[in-house]
Order: sequence, then structure tokens, then C-alpha cells
Amino acid sequence: MSREKLATQLTPYLFLTIPLLLFIIWVIGPMLYTFYLSLTKWDGISAPVFIGFRNYEKLFGDPVFIISLKNNLKWVIAFITVPVASGLGLAVALNREIPGGRFIKAAVFAPLVFSMVATGLIWSWIYNPEYGLINQIFRLIGLEQLAIGWLSNKDLVMWSIIFVAIWRQVGYVMILYLAGLSGVDPTLLDASKIDGCNGWQTFRRVTLPLLSPITIIVVIVSVIDSLRAFDLVSVMTRGGPYNSSSVLAIFMYIESFHNYKMGYGAAIAVILFLIMLTFIIFYLTHVLQDELEY
Amino acid sequence: MTTTNKFSITFTEKLTGDKDRFFSSPKRVLAYVALIIFTLMWITPILIAIGTSLRTYSDILLQGGPFSMPRELVLTNYQVAWERGGLSHYLPNSFIITLPALFLTLFLSSLSAFALARFRFKGNRLIFVLFIAGNMLPAQVLMLPVFRLTDAIGLYDTYWALILFHTAFQLGFCTFVLRNYMRTIPNEMLEVARIDGCGEFRVYWQIMLPLTLPAMAALATLEFTWIFNNYLWAIILLRSDALKPITAGLAVLQGQYTTDWSMIIAGALMASIPTLLVFFFLQRYFVGGLTLGSYR
Repeated sequence: MSREKLATQLTPYLFLTIPLLLFIIWVIGPMLYTFYLSLTKWDGISAPVFIGFRNYEKLFGDPVFIISLKNNLKWVIAFITVPVASGLGLAVALNREIPGGRFIKAAVFAPLVFSMVATGLIWSWIYNPEYGLINQIFRLIGLEQLAIGWLSNKDLVMWSIIFVAIWRQVGYVMILYLAGLSGVDPTLLDASKIDGCNGWQTFRRVTLPLLSPITIIVVIVSVIDSLRAFDLVSVMTRGGPYNSSSVLAIFMYIESFHNYKMGYGAAIAVILFLIMLTFIIFYLTHVLQDELEY
Repeated sequence: MTTTNKFSITFTEKLTGDKDRFFSSPKRVLAYVALIIFTLMWITPILIAIGTSLRTYSDILLQGGPFSMPRELVLTNYQVAWERGGLSHYLPNSFIITLPALFLTLFLSSLSAFALARFRFKGNRLIFVLFIAGNMLPAQVLMLPVFRLTDAIGLYDTYWALILFHTAFQLGFCTFVLRNYMRTIPNEMLEVARIDGCGEFRVYWQIMLPLTLPAMAALATLEFTWIFNNYLWAIILLRSDALKPITAGLAVLQGQYTTDWSMIIAGALMASIPTLLVFFFLQRYFVGGLTLGSYR
């Protein structure tokens, strides 16, 4: 092989060296190492000791693990329904010139600009049992019995936090759908009207199918986001009361960095990863399928 | 949510309709009023937060809650959060961490994106998949090894611990976006330079990079917000209060001043000003970035 040819063949690798190396050292490598750590007993200070699958055996008998898993499931179900439906509804409603349309869009989108931590603090205050906004309003309108501890009630706390997450998510979904709608050819909609479709039929038969690529992305992203959930729970309840608002990410963090059971924490992380993997693979095949078309 | 659905029905009826027919029926007027009420309720938490931050906590308690007439408006909460609450060092820390990470990740990902977008070589597809998949990993699956590695190379509890990690982790998403963008740039524009005898690095630097600037701008606004608002990694990789960024600082504030919500909320709002400004002035890019990432 001539020298020149060799040089051109090497070029892409030269461009890739530093970024790829960084990515492998800080992302891919650690992921693989977590698998190993999940098979060890490790307190974070002394060397990890190999113990086989004992962490996993313990995990499936741990009630907090079951609670966390269920809470993540609640989160996923809420996330792929409420924000997707309302984000889509808003996008369709706002996809035309209406008075104050820009303001409405900005308002719906606004929560996304605040960090999760700031959002969690603001809502902790709104949920405050004695002086918070929600309970104050319930008392003002004479519904004293509804003025309860939104974050201290074991059955409610998870939904209270998920509600905040939804509040943050709707604007994001709306933006994605608005971008999708801007690519929809208006003549298609006119055509369906001429063919005698009413508004709902046009939406069901024309708009919705045209938006399906976005819907797929939105659903996958929503699932992944809800499995990642950490900040809001950490700021608002730390998983309490009595682990009733624990999710896998929080459970893993507390076991690893508060109880120094890092091998056990790694096992939780691996389970979280395996659940997510299904969706990651789904997403990848989707992205790569598009790729082949071009 | 039913109200929203009703809207979509009425509004799709005439997506391309003219403005004067907007309020054509009472049903539409009603739908519009409902939309406005919904919007106002949606931002109530933010408005209440602003109101709370401008009153003393005792004033709120005396008046029966945040939804009441203030006796006076004050800025002392912001002042106290800034001085005694430590925001005067938390907020600069956030910039010290975010800006280098942002710059590094954009630069490095433009290199890898260029290689992946413009060359056919063995492993191209595999490396591309690696970047996308890695970007989607939950932090938990990286946390312990990254913590251990950072400690082993002596970077634990330094700014560089966070800068390096954020740079590396965000490479996945940025490479994905930039690579897709670079593929939309016509080959002819690069060929001309090649015929003129430019080396590949000059093609990248003088032709490709300037053409990629719009995508970079969109990506920069998005990444700034993400890195700036990140909380988890700050509590994993830092211990010293003096180094903490604003997100971790707010959590400290919450622990220390549990009985003064006015001050905590003032801190939370102040922490949001930088990303709010980015959003306000660069809204177009911000939104562009969001859509770039998920949909080509």
C-alpha cells in the first residue's frame, strides 16, 4: 500500500482518537466495570471481593427494590400518556396563528428552563402542608379535608412528584410535535377536508399518522427519562416517607453512597440498565432504519 | 386534559384558516378562554415562586400563605441567599464547570462527527452506534466506576472531575447531532477545497466548521442548560462546599434554612437566571436544539 493511501485511510481515525478515547474511558468502560462490581461486595474503600450473584439474590427479596420498581413503572405509565396526549393537543391547537399564541407556547415551555433542583424546591413549597399554595387554596374555598400532606402521605407522595415531572415535560413534548407539524404539508389537510373529513377525522386519519415518527421518539424518550428520574425525588423526599417514593435511581444512590454497599448498588444499576436496554435497542434500530433510507 | 382534546378537534378543523374566522363560533370562543385559563394555571407555580421570593417569610405566615396581599415587597431574600446562603460562590462555580465542558465537548464532538459523516472506514457504523447508545445510559450505571476512576487519578473533589466527565458524556449526543447535520452539507463544497489541495484538517477547519455553526449554536444552548442544571454528578464527584455548583448548593441551602422558604425560593430563582437568559435570548436556537436531537 502506498504511503499516501495509508495516510488517507488513517485520517478518520486521527479525527476520532481523542473523542473516542475519552468516551471509552469515561462512559463505555465504566458501564462494563459496573457489571463486574455488581458481582462483588465493596464498601468503596477496600478492594472489591467477588461474591458471584449474591447481590442479585438479595435484591429480589428486598422490599425497597420492589417499591422502587413499581414507582418507576407508575412514572413510565404516567409519562407516556399524560404529557404525550396534552403536548400533542397543545401543539395541534397552537399550530396556527391565534391571538397570544406565542405567549401560550412560552408559558407551557417555561417550566423546562428551571433546573430539576429549582423545580423540586419550588414545588416542595407549593406542597407545604401548612402554608403551601395548594392547601391554602383548599382552605380558602372551604375544602379543609383536602388540605393534606402531599409529600408525607405514603399513598400520594409518588403521584405528587410525578405530577411535577409532568408539569416539566409537557412543554418539551409540545415543542417536538410543533416541529413535526411544521413539516406537515397543509395541502394534505385541505385535501382531506375536500374529501369530506371533519376535524376529528382529519386529525385521526391524516395528522396523527404523519406525526407517528415523532410519537415513537417522544414515547422512547419519555420512557428513558422516567427510568432516569432522580433529581426531583432527591430534592423533594429523598425517597421517603418509609421509601414510599423511592425509585431505582434513588435506591441505588442511597445504597451506594449512604450505606456504602457499592456492590449492591452496582447490581441495582445493572437491573436499571437492563430495563432501559430494551428501549435503547428499540431507539437504535429506529434511528439506523432511517439511516438506510438515505 | 379533556379541554385540550376538544381544542385539537376544533383547531384542526381549519389548520390553515384565516385569522378573522378564528372566533367564528361560541364553541371556539369558549375553547380559547379555556386555553388561556389553562395557561395561567400552568405558570401559577412560577408566579407564586416570584411572589414568595419578594416577601419576608413572616409576612407570608401572617397573611395566611403565599396567595395573599403582601404588606411590603423586599429584596432581602436574594441578598441573604447570595451572601449567607453561599450563592456568591456556588453560581460562579457553575460557570467554571459548565463553560470549559461546553467548549471541549463541542470541539471534540465536531472532530468525531466530521470523521463519521465524511469518511467510509471500517467501524464507522459501530462507533456511531456506540456514541448514541452511550449517551442514553442511565447515570447510575456509570456512577461507581467514574467515582473510583476520578479518585484514582487524583481528580476527586476538583472542578476537573466534573468538567472531564461532562465533556466525555455529552460527546455522545453532540456527535450524534453534528454528524447528522454534517451529512446534509453537499459534498461538492468540500470537494472544491480538496481539489485546491487542502488537507483534510483544513477542509474540516475552514469549510466544514463554519458551515456547521448553526447546529453548533443550537447544541450549545441546549448543552449549556443541561450541564449547568446537572445535580447528580456534582454530589458524586465533589465534596468541598467551596467547589459546589449552584444545583448542589441549593440542596445545601435547603438543608440549612428549612424554615425560611422565602430565602430558599429566592435562591432557586436566582439559580435559574442564567438558563432563563439563554432561553430568552436564544429561544430559536434552544428549540432548534431540542428538535435537532430527537428528529432530523
